[in-house]
Amino acid sequence: MAETAPVGTSTAAFAAVRAPVSVSLDATAPVALRGITFSYGEGELRRPVLRDVQLDVAPGEIVLLTGPSGSGKTTLLTLIGALRAMQEGSARVLGQELAGAGEGARVALRRRIGFIFQNHNLLGFLTSRQNVAMALEMQGGLSEAERLARAGELLASVGLSDHTEKLPAKLSGGQRQRVAVARALAADPGLVLADEPTAALDKQSGSEVVHLLRDLAKKRGAPILMVTHDPRILDIADRVVTMEDGRIVSAAA
Amino acid sequence: MNETTRLLPWAPERTGEAAPMTPVRMDARAAPSVPPPKPAGTSLPSMLYLPVRLAWRQLRAERARLFSAMAGVMFACVLVFMQLGFRAALFESATALLGGMRADIFLMHPLTTASFRPEGFPRSRAYQALADADVVEAVPIYLAQTTWRNPADGSRRTIQLVGFDSNAGALRFDGIEAVSEAVKRPDTIAFDRRSRPEFGPAAAMFEAHGPFDVQLGGRMMELAGLVSIGASFGADGNAVLSETNFRRIMRGRSASVIDLAALKVRDGADIATVVARLRATLPPDVMVFSRPELVAHERAYWENATPIGFIFAFGSLMGLIVGMVIVYQILFSDIANHIREYATLKAIGYSNGFLSRVVMGAALILAIIGFIPGIIVSTWLYGVVGGATFLPLRMEMERGLTVFGLIFGMCVIAGLLAMRKLRDADPADMF
Ligand SMILES: Nc1ncnc2c1ncn2[C@@H]1O[C@H](COP(=O)(O)OP(=O)(O)O)[C@@H](O)[C@H]1O
Ligand SMILES: [Mg+2]
Repeated sequence: MAETAPVGTSTAAFAAVRAPVSVSLDATAPVALRGITFSYGEGELRRPVLRDVQLDVAPGEIVLLTGPSGSGKTTLLTLIGALRAMQEGSARVLGQELAGAGEGARVALRRRIGFIFQNHNLLGFLTSRQNVAMALEMQGGLSEAERLARAGELLASVGLSDHTEKLPAKLSGGQRQRVAVARALAADPGLVLADEPTAALDKQSGSEVVHLLRDLAKKRGAPILMVTHDPRILDIADRVVTMEDGRIVSAAA
Repeated sequence: MNETTRLLPWAPERTGEAAPMTPVRMDARAAPSVPPPKPAGTSLPSMLYLPVRLAWRQLRAERARLFSAMAGVMFACVLVFMQLGFRAALFESATALLGGMRADIFLMHPLTTASFRPEGFPRSRAYQALADADVVEAVPIYLAQTTWRNPADGSRRTIQLVGFDSNAGALRFDGIEAVSEAVKRPDTIAFDRRSRPEFGPAAAMFEAHGPFDVQLGGRMMELAGLVSIGASFGADGNAVLSETNFRRIMRGRSASVIDLAALKVRDGADIATVVARLRATLPPDVMVFSRPELVAHERAYWENATPIGFIFAFGSLMGLIVGMVIVYQILFSDIANHIREYATLKAIGYSNGFLSRVVMGAALILAIIGFIPGIIVSTWLYGVVGGATFLPLRMEMERGLTVFGLIFGMCVIAGLLAMRKLRDADPADMF
């Protein structure tokens, strides 16, 4: 259904709301981080990896997070994705405050986020279509047939309509990552989080995957926060944020 | 979907559709006011069906592992079936002699623990019982064991003698009607055709050539007919004969001391009431039993005075433990090998409860697909082993349900143990 919307409308709309949001940092931002500080380890071994991080992602915005290895990018992403318990600071993600949020609230929030991992992490014993449908099973109200049809549409939109019944082992790396993109977007997420989604891919397929991801997310108005080291994909960004030693050091539009 | 769009063209969920005021839509999309989607399958069918289906797909993906799990459960199943089957068969055959006696009420000395070692009581007790208005007939029974010489090879074995007046209708055995005339003659017996084969082909010889002489307790007796009782723990073979013929073999036995008495009640009388009345009126040197009580008394001896019950309970437990370890191993390694997949599922919003149900679903599937071949193999083995050992091994509905319950419980425990491994699936490790 989403693919039928004209892309132009979405981007225009996005442009219209973006400017005021990025200035005022208001509470409707899909991601609003304030004073995030995080450490691993206990006692003597305690090492801070995030120090007083502030970051906002505006509706529909595509933000790339770069920085040297070990600077805390992945840690930040797991906090935003409610995959890890917060320590200090405040994080409002899709309207949910994560500081002190319980397991139930975190699970519910994860359902509204599309995750794309460095490795595709598809279930090896399910076909592409079943893998994508897994992201829909958590949503009430869809019948099995509807879920499978929806999964088929999504796979078609990432150019895999001929591969819906194949197991992941029968697909190339780029194809698998495209299935992962379809799965991440299946439940119409309010936010997409991706950690180095092109790291395991060659230049050609890496670029294909992120462009697909950008186009599909833009159509849905879903913002993307993507960690990457890959200079070839910086062109998809609305904004590039650089981290160093647990701090955000620059934000270039 | 088109219906909805026409009714609510600006509905925030319809993000892909053209909306009248796009900026508003964008705000709504990101705003906290967007209701979070309903949690997964709140309906009962999808709460159970979806995880079980996922478990099945995962199990099915690895045929070799599925097959070994199935074999493990089947093995446990067969082991438990055989143990319980043997146990029931042994107890049943332990009581074959008393179980084969059909009468309404029995009298027995309180010190008799098992029928092969009876304590005598006065014959007059049988007639005293006749004083009750509802007791219409009383038959004294003499029990003894003596030696039998195999008519084919001359070897000797201990045989159980049951002496009573077979014309009296109070006590019946299978086939007694046909022989009651023949065993009235002096020095005759009726032989139990279901005696163990070590007693020789006496039944076949009788059927082929008619009556012939056999040696019982050093005396030549005519085998004049066949009855059907069955070998029991206390006696491998049985012979039924009249009181007079009994005393001809067992020379020292006095006619006034009997080992058991069988009573027949008036048609329509309530046996339980008569039993209660007799218990109140008869002297304490006899116990009064209904037929099931008599069998239960004999069975209790074999259950309590021998380690038979314990041996088979122990065997069943071993089978269940072995099966549990196998199922646990399979489930555990399934989780360990798919830890990334489980973590991914947690990351995309599946709850711990859902994943626990996947593991329990796998346990349940293993219980079922192991039980089905298990009960088939056990039924077949009952036939084979029963034929070879003369034990009454039969597959019974009740035992089938019991074993399924045990196997199911075994798989549930294995699943609960394996489920702890799910904690290792940390969605934070996924990036
Ligand atoms: N689970 C963990 N336990 C302890 N230390 C960790 C863990 N994950 C990451 N770290 C450490 O935290 C720092 C930041 O890591 P990470 O967030 O993965 O950075 P990046 O993704 O930018 O490479 C690194 O020094 C790393 O060694
Ligand atoms: Mg990283």
